[in-house]
Amino acid sequence: MSKARHSTLRSGLVHLALIAYTLVALFPVFLTLVNSFKSKQAIFSQPLRLPTPSTFSLIGYETVMKQGDFVTYFQNSTIVTVVSIFLVLLFGAMAAFALAEYRFRGNTLMGLYLAIGIMIPIRLGTVALLQGMVATGLVNTLTALVLVYTAQGLPLAIFILSEFMRTVSDDLKNAGRIDGLSEYAIFFRLVLPLVRPAMATVAVFTMIPIWNDLWFPLILAPGESTKTVTLGAQLFIGQFVINWNAVLSALSLAIFPVLILYVIFSRQLIRGITSGAVK
Amino acid sequence: MTDLASEQGTEAARRRPRRWHILVFLAPAVIIYTAVMILPLIETLRQSFFNVVGGEHVFVGFANFATLFGDPRWAADFWNALRNNFVFFLIHMAVQNPIGIALAALLSLPGLRFAAFYRTAFFLPTLLSFVIVGFIWKLILSPIWGVAPWLMDLVGMKALFAPWLGKPGSALVAVSLVSVWQFIGIPMMLIYAALLNIPEEVIEAAEIDGITGWGQFFKIKLPLVLPAIGIISILTFVGNFNAFDLVYTMQGALAGPDKATDILGTFLYRTFFGFQLQLGDQPMGATIATIMFLIILTGVCIYLFGVQRRIRRYQF
Repeated sequence: MSKARHSTLRSGLVHLALIAYTLVALFPVFLTLVNSFKSKQAIFSQPLRLPTPSTFSLIGYETVMKQGDFVTYFQNSTIVTVVSIFLVLLFGAMAAFALAEYRFRGNTLMGLYLAIGIMIPIRLGTVALLQGMVATGLVNTLTALVLVYTAQGLPLAIFILSEFMRTVSDDLKNAGRIDGLSEYAIFFRLVLPLVRPAMATVAVFTMIPIWNDLWFPLILAPGESTKTVTLGAQLFIGQFVINWNAVLSALSLAIFPVLILYVIFSRQLIRGITSGAVK
Repeated sequence: MTDLASEQGTEAARRRPRRWHILVFLAPAVIIYTAVMILPLIETLRQSFFNVVGGEHVFVGFANFATLFGDPRWAADFWNALRNNFVFFLIHMAVQNPIGIALAALLSLPGLRFAAFYRTAFFLPTLLSFVIVGFIWKLILSPIWGVAPWLMDLVGMKALFAPWLGKPGSALVAVSLVSVWQFIGIPMMLIYAALLNIPEEVIEAAEIDGITGWGQFFKIKLPLVLPAIGIISILTFVGNFNAFDLVYTMQGALAGPDKATDILGTFLYRTFFGFQLQLGDQPMGATIATIMFLIILTGVCIYLFGVQRRIRRYQF
């Protein structure tokens, strides 16, 4: 009896602590979204209230739509992210397959070489990278960003995928070989479908830093036609810093895609982390 | 690279045709990775030994480093950025990782309801971009809006409110704590995964011996998740000494007030890319990047050869 009450009390305290931190984690996001739908007066006089019919206003969103070229920015971010993820997955899976499947001289060394990039950030080579992009005329192109993000994503992708490919049964692959499948067919038709869950995990891990990056768009592609959402929002907000409606609306617009993606992928992401994909 | 596919001992080579497919599988990844990541990194390190003297590009040995450490125009900024970066890192280690571990410990309690909801909520800030995080907190902490003073009033501490981001004494701590808020999901998730992986028998054995609750956490679980704590420490280290974005969005490229929030990333950006009246200086930028590389390399080596080896022995 007393033990039961004790455990109720304990679980109550646990939930209290967790709810407290949930508030800390979600409050800033909530505050931004709520206030982006209010008139300027209401933003200041009652920042914590939900918008009511009298305080509701879309003026901020109108400003953003009129002033900022957010459609282009979204398009750029989407192109860069999607193409980079595709290349990371394709080339990463191919390299991972080579490392996991075949025994050849220099296999371990090659694995270590490709693993350097997991720990050493690509940003440290920015000085020469910018010179190289200038020399090849790739500055202010989305290609520059795609190349950088592909190189950045490959090391972790190869590491995770080769772990998974080692678990694919040898019997299956050998059966394919006996049936006369080429090594390419074995990779694309037998192995790739089996490691699809791992590919999804890699895709999510690759996507977040690419979508959110500010450093490379700022340095390699700051031109109007190649701006990504992150850079565009940064500059827009800097410009409109006094217009709180516009700032809050721009922030909300930048949050929505992340929220939607997170709702879609959160189970995949969390399963990926907890199943040890990044250990 | 080219001889990868070839001989695996002469006998194997005679029996089998050259295995070109290995080369085909490896080539795209290796070429992009080498051309876009490794070569620029090496080239950047190389350029730190060169500078422009009298209009010509010449080898200057360690002169750039001497300038960075000792020249009055550079040294003050450099040591300031380095010191700030260490403070930034220490705040993460002291606040982010313990809270992350505590949250993971609570989440992994058996039979906890709504665990998935809490997990999702705690991880959300990690997914937001620096621009969003930086500006949201800038607005919240702004004395103009008054949300922060209002919140502090709720707990009776309104008198303690100050425009933290604008004061040289508190700006770095404020920015570090915002970064902690953003990234707490990573240690939380990794420790949570490690806690879930502890075998049931170990916990049962502890319970039979009468070790439960706090004692069980500190004596049994914590030692078993030490490898994961090692990983989050090195991830924090690498991330912090490579950080740039949050300071840039919250405090601008000048990392104000009065460079109180300047870290190596923002210092590197201003130096090599130039900012406002300051022209870009590529040799000095390369030198700063080299220093950052050496710092990160040292951290990674300490982890790989010092921490990880020792921890492995305690694993099953």
